Amino acid sequence: MDYNTLSENIKYISDVNTKKCMRCGKCTATCPNFKEMDIHPHQFVYFIETGRLDRLLKSQSAYKCLTCFACVERCPRQVEPAKLIEAVRLTLVRKQGENYLKPDDVPCTLDEEMPQQAIVSAFRKYTK
Amino acid sequence: MQRIGVFICWCGSNIAATVDVKKVAEAALNEPGVVFSADYQYMCSQSGQQLMKDAIKEKGLTGIVVCSCSPRMHETTFRKAAESCGINPYMVEIANIREHCSWIHKDIKEATEKAIILMRTAVAKVNLDNSLTAGTSDVVKRALVIGGGIAGIQSALDIAEAGYEVDIVEKAPTIGGKMAQLDKTFPTLDCAACILTPKMVEAASNEKIKIYSFSEVESVKGFVGNFTAKIKKKARFVDENLCTGCGLCTEKCPSRKTPNEFNRGMNTRSAVYIPFAQAVPKLAIIDPTACLHFKTGKCGLCERNCSAKAIKFDQQDEYIEQKYGAIVVATGFDTIKLDNFGEYGYNENPDVITSLELERLMNAAGPTGGVLLRPSDKQHPKKIVFVQCVGSRGLRPCDKPYCSKICCMYTAKHSMLIREKYPDTEVTVFYIDVRTPGKNFDEFYRRAVEQYGVNYIKGQVGKVVENDGKLTVYGSDLLMNEQVVIDADLVVLATAIEPDKTAKSVATMLTASIDTNNFFTEAHPKLRPVESPTAGVFLSGVCQGPKDIPETVAQASAAAVKVVGLLSKDKLTCNPCVAHSDEMLCNGCSSCEKVCPYGAITYINKEVNDHGKREVRRLASVNEAVCQGCGACTVACPSGAMDLKGFTNKQIMAEVDAICK
Amino acid sequence: MQVENGQFKPTIVAFCCNWCSYAGADLAGTGRMQYPAEVKIIRVPCSCRVNPMFILRAFQRGADGVILCGCHPGDCHYTTGNYYARRRMTMLFDFLDYLGIEKERTRVEWVSAAEGARFASVMNDFVKKVTELGPNKRITDLRCKPEKEGE
Repeated sequence: MDYNTLSENIKYISDVNTKKCMRCGKCTATCPNFKEMDIHPHQFVYFIETGRLDRLLKSQSAYKCLTCFACVERCPRQVEPAKLIEAVRLTLVRKQGENYLKPDDVPCTLDEEMPQQAIVSAFRKYTK
Repeated sequence: MQRIGVFICWCGSNIAATVDVKKVAEAALNEPGVVFSADYQYMCSQSGQQLMKDAIKEKGLTGIVVCSCSPRMHETTFRKAAESCGINPYMVEIANIREHCSWIHKDIKEATEKAIILMRTAVAKVNLDNSLTAGTSDVVKRALVIGGGIAGIQSALDIAEAGYEVDIVEKAPTIGGKMAQLDKTFPTLDCAACILTPKMVEAASNEKIKIYSFSEVESVKGFVGNFTAKIKKKARFVDENLCTGCGLCTEKCPSRKTPNEFNRGMNTRSAVYIPFAQAVPKLAIIDPTACLHFKTGKCGLCERNCSAKAIKFDQQDEYIEQKYGAIVVATGFDTIKLDNFGEYGYNENPDVITSLELERLMNAAGPTGGVLLRPSDKQHPKKIVFVQCVGSRGLRPCDKPYCSKICCMYTAKHSMLIREKYPDTEVTVFYIDVRTPGKNFDEFYRRAVEQYGVNYIKGQVGKVVENDGKLTVYGSDLLMNEQVVIDADLVVLATAIEPDKTAKSVATMLTASIDTNNFFTEAHPKLRPVESPTAGVFLSGVCQGPKDIPETVAQASAAAVKVVGLLSKDKLTCNPCVAHSDEMLCNGCSSCEKVCPYGAITYINKEVNDHGKREVRRLASVNEAVCQGCGACTVACPSGAMDLKGFTNKQIMAEVDAICK
Repeated sequence: MQVENGQFKPTIVAFCCNWCSYAGADLAGTGRMQYPAEVKIIRVPCSCRVNPMFILRAFQRGADGVILCGCHPGDCHYTTGNYYARRRMTMLFDFLDYLGIEKERTRVEWVSAAEGARFASVMNDFVKKVTELGPNKRITDLRCKPEKEGE
């Protein structure tokens, strides 16, 4: 799939209209996991808007997003970057056919303090 | 039988590009009554009108159809042209083939078909048109200005200058509005009070101007040239004629805990107070919600100490009825509430303030005497962060979708003033775009950056977090692609502005229209920017849309000229499209009288000759000067006696038939 | 009703009040917002000028849908006209429904002078609904024999 079709696909899955973005950067300003990401929320929006996906698809940032929805909550233009990032991740996982987390690996990685909800969320996030 | 001429305008390529005008002209000749048709590049031009006039004379036309732009645009133009050739102006109908056809359709065949139908509809209407003669009505030579800010004051001064009486109704105890609260004004940095207060005094001392302060317009009836307004003078519990404004009562008052509105709640005032030193009228006023006398029945210190005996605890609201020829709306604006902007922590942290609050903090007459101290601990802030577009340009329910227009400039002003007065202060401005269209505006902003070393960062602030009394600002620096974290002593939010909360009720009262943001709508966005679509109602200042002081003053004067133009007429031409009752059909049932919003219908006993039988009947009679021509009565009438001239039942039926043919 | 290339094109009559909706339609035009050419607008001073008779007449003459647009409640140029219109039309549309003219063929909408986009979207939606319903039954007066059969 070429990058244009792919970004259209990402926009379709996430139901995000990247054209609404006014490039204020509030999403990045508010992101609690900013330091872990090499591509930041506002860049996700911009890269997909312009169809430049090469850097995006190589980056690990999509997996670093906490899906805390702070950017969705605070975006003045209702662009909802977190939904877009989720769609990028889904696309990546589907495209590569990679399972980032196998059920057998769970017991050894399990942290006792990790809440149940986070485990379920991790499955959703890292599995096909 | 009518002799109708049909004229089709190309409007350059606006119509001709999608509508086959020749085909419409040909089709017109097949319509009943049409004896002539022509198409021309610009019907509204001098030569276009001449073409029409020549045809009227040569072909002896009795009715005209012009297929062109919206009748809201050029109906008057073509009616005047027809009138100059001796045709009654109401024998002219417009088929709107631009806004309602060529501009919205792309397919030539489809658009041409529709244009032919619209032409046919207009021809059907002209066939049933009757000559109408407009009556006249008197003009009351007095204007009402609602709102006493800089917009209202300027409009009133200009109207008074032209020699007409004008009343200002201001809901606050003093005129002056928001401008009175400002410190300096951009881009000249002259002090707001120094240029505003002389105007306030001028308004008060002008014998043509009457100021109703602490008053509200309760209701407005009537129509252009002849409005009747009921003004409610709210009780201020101080006799206006006796109070000297000495201020002794305010010193003696023991209740001193009420937030001071003039200082945006940044300090307190007494229960009996004078809004500010330069208030006009400079009169004390008692706030009954704070006054101990009203709450407990005791106290009365102010009354005892007033040597002028001006305190009147038993004062009541007073109602005044006054007639006006024109009304100027100058209701102004307020900053939006920040309750739903939790990310900036405005409600939690005293050191997060709005720009209007900063104006008060920097004003020599403000709560700190003009020394910039932060509200929490009264210390000099060393690091100040400005956040732009707070609530502006957003789509969330708490946001406003428009740009508030003034924030970029006043933030440049604030940062400049702070750097000038306190050079050791670090000033950072987070911006999305810096918008500085205006005379000397961009130069002003560049001075803030280049001369005063204000740090402009492109990016929005995401959150302001408080930890042990310290504020941390998380913003983004889009050019660096970084998240910036700044420890700030003071955070200033460039809060969006919205129309004053009274705008909606005033609009309803005047039947003037407002848009989805509660800004008043203009009669035409470009060509009639200071008139409301409702005749006799004019717009001045921010009530029409965000604007700065020079623009407000310009608009206020423009509105005043429109008012003066109206008041200088002795008679106004009435709308001749009014209701008319057929005496032979009316059965005197009163249905029409009940639905008339203007009270234009009365009943008379009149002798009629019904097929040779003479009898006295109770009949509806329409006062043509009062009727506005809405047509509510025509539908309510059970016997079909009531009809509307210019939009008769037969005409609308004919239009329906023409469309459904 | 007209049929073009086998496709049903409804005839739609739109009554628009002069102050709000007609201006809204103008704004839709100024903004080049497309809506189907089936919509033909009749200008009336106020929505309360629209006599139920006009709507019956339209259906009698073969209209497939009739829409009445006025100012938003509270914004009527004549203060209360749109309230009258709303009440009258509620009664009329119920009655038409009873006669077999589906409720989707009739509609009252509020469009202000500033809502060009809304005007276009209302018209698009209305035409779509009416097209889905197909040609309308004609109201005929049984006392008069129609000159031509059919349609």
